[in-house]
Amino acid sequence: MLALRDVTVRYGDTAAVDDVLLELAPGQVLAVLGPSGCGKSTLLRAVAGLEPLASGSIAWDGADLAGTPTHKRGFALMFQDGQLFAHLTVARNVAYALRLRRTPSARVAARVRELLDLVGLSGYDDRLPGTLSGGERQRVALARALAVEPRLILLDEPLSALDASLRERLAGDLRSILHAAGTTALLVTHDHEEAFALADRLAVMRGGRVVQQGAIDEVWREPVDEETALFLGYARVVRDDAAHRVLAAAALPPAYAVALRRSALVVDDAGSLHAVVESARVTPELVRLVVRVEGVGIVDAVAPLGGRVAPGDEVSLRVDVTRLAVLPITR
Amino acid sequence: MRRITGLLALAAAPVLVLGVLFVLPVAGMVAEGFVVDGRLAPGAVLDVLARPRVHRVAWFTVWTSGLATLLAVALGLPAAYALHRLALPGRTAVRAALLVPFVLPTVVVGVAFRQLLGEGGPLGFLGLDGTPIAIVCGLVFFNIAVVVRTVGVAWESLDPRPGQAAAALGASPWQVLRTVTLPALRPAIVGSASIVFLFCATAFGIVLTLGGVRYSTVETEIYLLTTTVFDLQAAAALSVLQIVVVVGLLALSARLRATPDPTAQRVVTPARAVRRSDAPVVVATLLVLAAMLLPILTLVLGSLTVGDGWGLDNYRALTTAGDDQVLLVPVTAALATSLRTAVDAMWMALLVGGVVSLIVTRRSHSVGERRVRSTLDGFFMLPLGVSAVTLGFGFLITLDEPPLDLRDSPLLVPMAQALVALPLVVRTLAPVLGGIDDRQRQAAASLGASPWRTLLTVDLPVAWKPMLAACGFAFAVSLGEFGATSFLARDTNPTLPIVIFRLIGHPGEMNYGMALAASVVLAVVTAVVVLAVERLRVPGVGAF
Repeated sequence: MLALRDVTVRYGDTAAVDDVLLELAPGQVLAVLGPSGCGKSTLLRAVAGLEPLASGSIAWDGADLAGTPTHKRGFALMFQDGQLFAHLTVARNVAYALRLRRTPSARVAARVRELLDLVGLSGYDDRLPGTLSGGERQRVALARALAVEPRLILLDEPLSALDASLRERLAGDLRSILHAAGTTALLVTHDHEEAFALADRLAVMRGGRVVQQGAIDEVWREPVDEETALFLGYARVVRDDAAHRVLAAAALPPAYAVALRRSALVVDDAGSLHAVVESARVTPELVRLVVRVEGVGIVDAVAPLGGRVAPGDEVSLRVDVTRLAVLPITR
Repeated sequence: MRRITGLLALAAAPVLVLGVLFVLPVAGMVAEGFVVDGRLAPGAVLDVLARPRVHRVAWFTVWTSGLATLLAVALGLPAAYALHRLALPGRTAVRAALLVPFVLPTVVVGVAFRQLLGEGGPLGFLGLDGTPIAIVCGLVFFNIAVVVRTVGVAWESLDPRPGQAAAALGASPWQVLRTVTLPALRPAIVGSASIVFLFCATAFGIVLTLGGVRYSTVETEIYLLTTTVFDLQAAAALSVLQIVVVVGLLALSARLRATPDPTAQRVVTPARAVRRSDAPVVVATLLVLAAMLLPILTLVLGSLTVGDGWGLDNYRALTTAGDDQVLLVPVTAALATSLRTAVDAMWMALLVGGVVSLIVTRRSHSVGERRVRSTLDGFFMLPLGVSAVTLGFGFLITLDEPPLDLRDSPLLVPMAQALVALPLVVRTLAPVLGGIDDRQRQAAASLGASPWRTLLTVDLPVAWKPMLAACGFAFAVSLGEFGATSFLARDTNPTLPIVIFRLIGHPGEMNYGMALAASVVLAVVTAVVVLAVERLRVPGVGAF
């Protein structure tokens, strides 16, 4: 169990990580999500023992790690671009930590085979990192990190250096590998898709502080404020009367602010909101609209394909309650 | 094909210069030994190589240079780490100061070590004066800076993340060093070691002042054979042997030298705060620095000693020609000659070196073109390792008749010195010019800039500082040059190192005191020039 208590890391006068409180139970994957420069990578490096703390403590199973250097923490760190050792072959990279522990060579060979199998790179043993693609390098880095069954694996934007299609595939693999190995993992990323694809729990970080944390669907359903909602992929936040109107149309009790995803409003003749279409764009799944709703203002909406909606049309909208979030703010 | 022709045309001028001023003299010196009575007689040369004394000299050269290289690397590595990776107070100043020993005139260092180790010196009780150990110490003193600079520059641009990844995998700091850091630094370490070995094996002034005639390396043996014994065949044989070894070593170091990827920006890792665990490295570095400061300090104190007290008498005597009129001109006149010569050598080295750097760094469009360029690159590195003695003596015997009668030319000495400085100029300029992304030039050209205009707007803004640095280097090298100059300078017009060597060769307390004072003056001038160079903050200056 990893526990961060009031952790602060300073660079000169600025606090890159400010009073952070986090807990991570065994076997769980926690994603720290935040925009670049929010201090999440510094937080990860502090957990790895690469940044000294200005105050607070990081503990594992109740034991403070302050005096424990990186190499004695048993936390494997996986960088954004893998950071494979360029002068060692794939097999030697994976075996690196095992050799440090003077594991008998037969056991090393067996474990390397097993791990390369796990990450889908059997037969790559003798290749040099320079000859691998970005995705392959990340897989080798993962195998290397898993080799000695670390108590915790630290992932620094493990997928963001990859292109979109590869990212999706590797995300699925990574999740199943982490779960199969039962590994506890701390992941930092600026990409909410990456966080959703890999993590069970989510902590949102901004300006060095953790502004919200919890189970991933919980955080997603109930973002704590407007900025968090926008960062989690909500398209717009409407307030006051506009919020009341939207909530009334969804038969929900009134609230000050509500965050809407792009598909929160759906064209439906039975809907109770009236709007004028400003623009329409066809996508493979549906038609995305920008509409001006009476008493609400400009918002996004969707219509089924084939509906023939054009700018200037008057439409009725219903509210999809699973695609909005009431924000707990009052001003 | 047209590009290659153009390339060769551009290269013609520097190739001609190097041909006349380097290949011709060296070939002339070698021919002197191979040609007997107008006939080629290689047998006699081979006989020379079978002489026991030659074996002894060769072995002495190899073991002293090898030992000095090992020591320079062993002592230089901790210093490279401490000065380039740790945020030690005053490290910029120390790094700058470390450049000084590298260009310090060999004669000055020789005098300083004699003052330190000789009878009555602070370390005289060790009885090292006149032993091979003293020579090795002198060589190490010179070359630690090369290791610190070369490895340090590589170390500070080393990505720290693989090491951190290794630490996270459970590697202790020592294991990280052994399995990740040192393998990544191997090109820099082996490259600097091979260059250091080269410098040690061709060292002249330091061996001559510390070893005298008792201990001889190949380089000093060539000198003795030509000037005292007049056995030109033996000298030629040794020159050939030396050239073969040097060319081999140069080829090796060129292969090992990591060619920086010009498209990759050099990222310098910020130095980290010193921790308690750094204590051994910091202490080792301080000891190395103290050991390097010791001879210099002894030299300065010695120059201020008059009889039993202190005084500036030795400095005042610099306006005279010494006891018994050992010199034909006062030391101050020699200093003026040195400065004038250095200015001439500087512009020559910069002119030729600049053109050479441009030629070797332009992007090649075909395999043939690349081959031509890399051959030229190797060709212009030759003076780095070829014995300055061979060069100087070759000048004497080949450039003495029309159309190339340069013996009375005041430019003879500067020309020889410029050749010695040429490789340094190229090594300073070429990496900078090679580091400019060629697409910048293409962008300029596509916007309508002529090649000349491109040079002015793309290359020059990046290269002017390194050019100044190269000037400073050439100036400093020329100030301290002793090997070639000792053949070429006239007694009526000597340079400062020549004067110092003459002064220590003659008895008399005043002469010795003057030698110390003159050494300090020469060292100060050199140090000022080099520290000015360091202030330009050109990346990688003094690294090989």
